[in-house]
Amino acid sequence: MNAVPLSWYLTLSGVLFTLGAAGFLFRRNIITVFMSIELMLNAVNLSFISFSYAFRRVDGQIFTFFVMVVAAAEAAVGLAIILTVFKNRNTLNIDDLNSMKDEYQPAQPEEASETAPVSVP
Amino acid sequence: MDVILFLVFAIIAVLCAINVVVQTHPIASALSLIGVMGSLAVLYLLLGAEFIAAAQVIVYAGAVMVLFVFVIMLLNAGEEVHRGRSFVVQVLGAPLLIALLGLLVYFAQRLFPGAPMVRFGAFRGGTAVAVGRALFTQYLLPFEVTSVLILIAILGAIVLARKELD
Repeated sequence: MNAVPLSWYLTLSGVLFTLGAAGFLFRRNIITVFMSIELMLNAVNLSFISFSYAFRRVDGQIFTFFVMVVAAAEAAVGLAIILTVFKNRNTLNIDDLNSMKDEYQPAQPEEASETAPVSVP
Repeated sequence: MDVILFLVFAIIAVLCAINVVVQTHPIASALSLIGVMGSLAVLYLLLGAEFIAAAQVIVYAGAVMVLFVFVIMLLNAGEEVHRGRSFVVQVLGAPLLIALLGLLVYFAQRLFPGAPMVRFGAFRGGTAVAVGRALFTQYLLPFEVTSVLILIAILGAIVLARKELD
């Protein structure tokens, strides 16, 4: 009773991954969708560490380290993209961000007239 | 003791993960995600991965989530508007997810019959010394390539998020 089967850890990893996938599919806010991806990455990390324990080798932990680094880089670039999208479209709802599907609608002209006097002096 | 610790933090992780998906406000989702990452760090510690547990708290729960919270505050993201979901997701989403969960749990239970029981302290290969030795000998090239990746990511983030200087 003092030890946990390895399959419990793997099951927990599967449950977390499925919850992340559910968030990815069902949520409409682009930031929440992005956080669901982070949740899936964390679930995969847990199974990497579990296998690292099972094989008594450190390699799984190295993989987790690389996944963390790539996730940090991905978060920086992804959030910059979200910022740019919000600046151009003024929405965070992924239902409205379908310009690759529909025709592109140019930005409203009144935004340009507002920013023009600021840049003159 | 191991079973109690595992169950407590696994339940916290699953509840927080459900909260991430269910909450309508992004800031509540972000705080729940920090809960998931913190409890996962404890589970890493139980599995003998000390260094990764520390990195999880510092890099993930610290740096990455602070970035998320910054962006949520910066964009003043409010409650999400619910409109009609796409038809494909509405019909196929839940069955496919349940099938995925079933498959993952089945594989986790059946695929590794000879897997050892997890006992805290049985595997001590996750210290900073062991991880660093593997990282700088066997995995030196991937490590160096990763630094280039991070440099590119920094440049990309700056280029994307800068103000137009015209």
